[in-house]
Amino acid sequence: MRFFFVLAFALVCGGAADSGMVRLPAGSYTPFYARESTRISTPSSRTVTVGAFALDRFPVTNAQFLVFVASHPEWRKSRVKPIFADAHYLARWPGDLELRDGDAGRPVTNVSWFAAEAYCNAQHESLPTTDQWEYALADGDRARVSLRQQILSWYGRPNSQDLPAVQSATANGYGVRGLVGLVWEWTLDFNSMMSGQDLRASGARFCGGASIGAADASDYASFMRHAMRESLKAAYTTSNLGFRCASNSP
Amino acid sequence: MLLRERKLTRSRSLICHAVGIGLLILSTAYAAGAPDSRDRNIKDPVIGSEPGVLTYAPDIPAPITRNHATKVVIHLEVKEVESRLADGVSYTFWTFGGKVPGKFIRVREGDLVEFHLDNHPDNKMPHNIDLHAVIGQGGGAASSLTAPGHSSVFSFKALVPGLYVYHCATAPVAMHVGNGMYGLIYVQPRKPLPVVTHEYYVMQGDFYTKGGNGEQGLQPFSMEKALAEKPEYVVFNGAVGSLTGANALQAKVGDTIRLFVGNGGPNLTSSFHVIGEIFDTVWPEGNTSAPTHNVQTTMIPAGGAAIVEFKINVPGTFLIVDHSLERAFNRGALAQIKATGPENKLVYSGKISDEIYLPEGTGIRVVEQPSNAPPPAATAAERVKLGEIVFKTNCMACHQENGKGIPGSFPPLAQSDFLNANKTRAIKTVIGGKEGPLTVNGEKYDGAMPAWTLSDEEIANVLSYAYGSWGNSGKEVTPSDVKAARAELPTPAH
Repeated sequence: MRFFFVLAFALVCGGAADSGMVRLPAGSYTPFYARESTRISTPSSRTVTVGAFALDRFPVTNAQFLVFVASHPEWRKSRVKPIFADAHYLARWPGDLELRDGDAGRPVTNVSWFAAEAYCNAQHESLPTTDQWEYALADGDRARVSLRQQILSWYGRPNSQDLPAVQSATANGYGVRGLVGLVWEWTLDFNSMMSGQDLRASGARFCGGASIGAADASDYASFMRHAMRESLKAAYTTSNLGFRCASNSP
Repeated sequence: MLLRERKLTRSRSLICHAVGIGLLILSTAYAAGAPDSRDRNIKDPVIGSEPGVLTYAPDIPAPITRNHATKVVIHLEVKEVESRLADGVSYTFWTFGGKVPGKFIRVREGDLVEFHLDNHPDNKMPHNIDLHAVIGQGGGAASSLTAPGHSSVFSFKALVPGLYVYHCATAPVAMHVGNGMYGLIYVQPRKPLPVVTHEYYVMQGDFYTKGGNGEQGLQPFSMEKALAEKPEYVVFNGAVGSLTGANALQAKVGDTIRLFVGNGGPNLTSSFHVIGEIFDTVWPEGNTSAPTHNVQTTMIPAGGAAIVEFKINVPGTFLIVDHSLERAFNRGALAQIKATGPENKLVYSGKISDEIYLPEGTGIRVVEQPSNAPPPAATAAERVKLGEIVFKTNCMACHQENGKGIPGSFPPLAQSDFLNANKTRAIKTVIGGKEGPLTVNGEKYDGAMPAWTLSDEEIANVLSYAYGSWGNSGKEVTPSDVKAARAELPTPAH
């Protein structure tokens, strides 16, 4: 009974929250750490071209994820395989198909990369690549300084028990909302920048070593995002990590 | 002749002995902390296992008495917490163990340390740890980057004795350290330092808040100030006043105190000094193999440590400061050791007398440079304005620009019950100074304010400024009030 109520509520509210996707035009941006293939000393040659794509206007909410879990029982808390999600998976949810009061419109957190990608695939979409996500955040360099300050002040704020609803987030120049100030977000290739060959070749990305090869050593916010991504494995979930989906089809 | 020769031989052999012993001492000293400790400690067998004992500052775990290496299992939890940086000022600290500085870790040289770094699930940030006691990539950082809600494990053998800083090394490292992510690990030498009465843990750090020093409320981190290396706060043990007043370190006359001092930075080097004491022994840079003696101020670099030791001969409140003094006076780098016990007037007499000093060939200097004195105030408002200049020149260094003083050291003028209750007493305090115990707004002080050789006009102005500022009663003090109060004071003896 409760499930049906919640699900009906989720569909309504989920619908309201899901104002669809925002189309971003093709363009280029300067990634924080240059890729192996583009690692050349001059900043202009570090830029990466990003094709046109569509990105969810908001992070995925608990309500939206509940709808997904309802139709994909293998992603329910009680059934998920441990290799696909760690012990904190959907930790805020009281039950398989239950949400806490007020959580419907809040970003879903404690989801693994596997779960997030499965959700996006179910919408015939995918997680955004790190380039796509960072390109959306860079916002065509419209408000770089204030953006960094916003990001830093979010990172420095103590964790409240409850996240804000996604609707409360402001839009950037593309109309994408809540890229900062709500949650960290998964990207499709979250582990491709820092680990593996790249890391071993460049020396370690800790302490002073992290600034080697960085586009701008004073961009603390980017260091934090990259450190966060580096600390993750695909089955990990944390209480401040959510996601949104992207689509490359026109 | 024969006898004499024998004597000679003996004295020669004595000399040889002495040289031999000298060499022996030298070589032992060398062995105690020299590079070969690495090889010996690599080989030192690990017998048994025990949980590590960790303590919050200012406490230090008890000395290790076992005479062999063991496996020590350490759990250190990273927590992001909002707590007090100064009165009315809070900050989101990132901590090893919930407080700044992080918990003190004590192991013995040769120990195998199994280190668990636990990142609390409510945290936003990934964190890691670089222990300067570790020989290996990143000092542990390469193996300990940990997402919120996860735990990393690595181990190391404590190869070199000494006192070491540990800190988070996640990018941007200066922000993680600037938010309080540092502490000390002591690798106790095989032959421990002598037992002392008290061992205390003190660690300095600089903080970069968006608001200026004293600005109230939850203060965010300022990246700009961190990059410019211009901190708003420089403090011992994570907050202004964490070791003053009721929190002061305690001692008695006759005690020997050993301070394990670290400097987390992230940026400033400390000029570490205890006012009214001389360090009998310093192990500079935390190097337990090379003590030095009779030191006034020892330099502690960011990411470095020192052990200092001194005996308390006389009672008193001994201030611990960063002798780069603006930090002590204006940014919080002030702690106290309160020592009780019998006076020793031979060692230190206290003030014997206070007399008028008349240099030869000069008259009494009542007020300096009267020609430069500003004209008398015409209105009450003008009086307050002129008083501000007097305040900034004479009073601000102790009572602070915001009139709040420094808790435990200098009483506040802002909304001060002592000040507001009695105008005449306030005037007399400025004229004659004040010494000894004093309670202001419920807090006890035991310091001294000098007598001020200011003119009646200047005293009237500065007190009118104090009464007219910081929410005080707004009374005006006139030069004739000052004159009247002065008349009530006893004339100083000649």
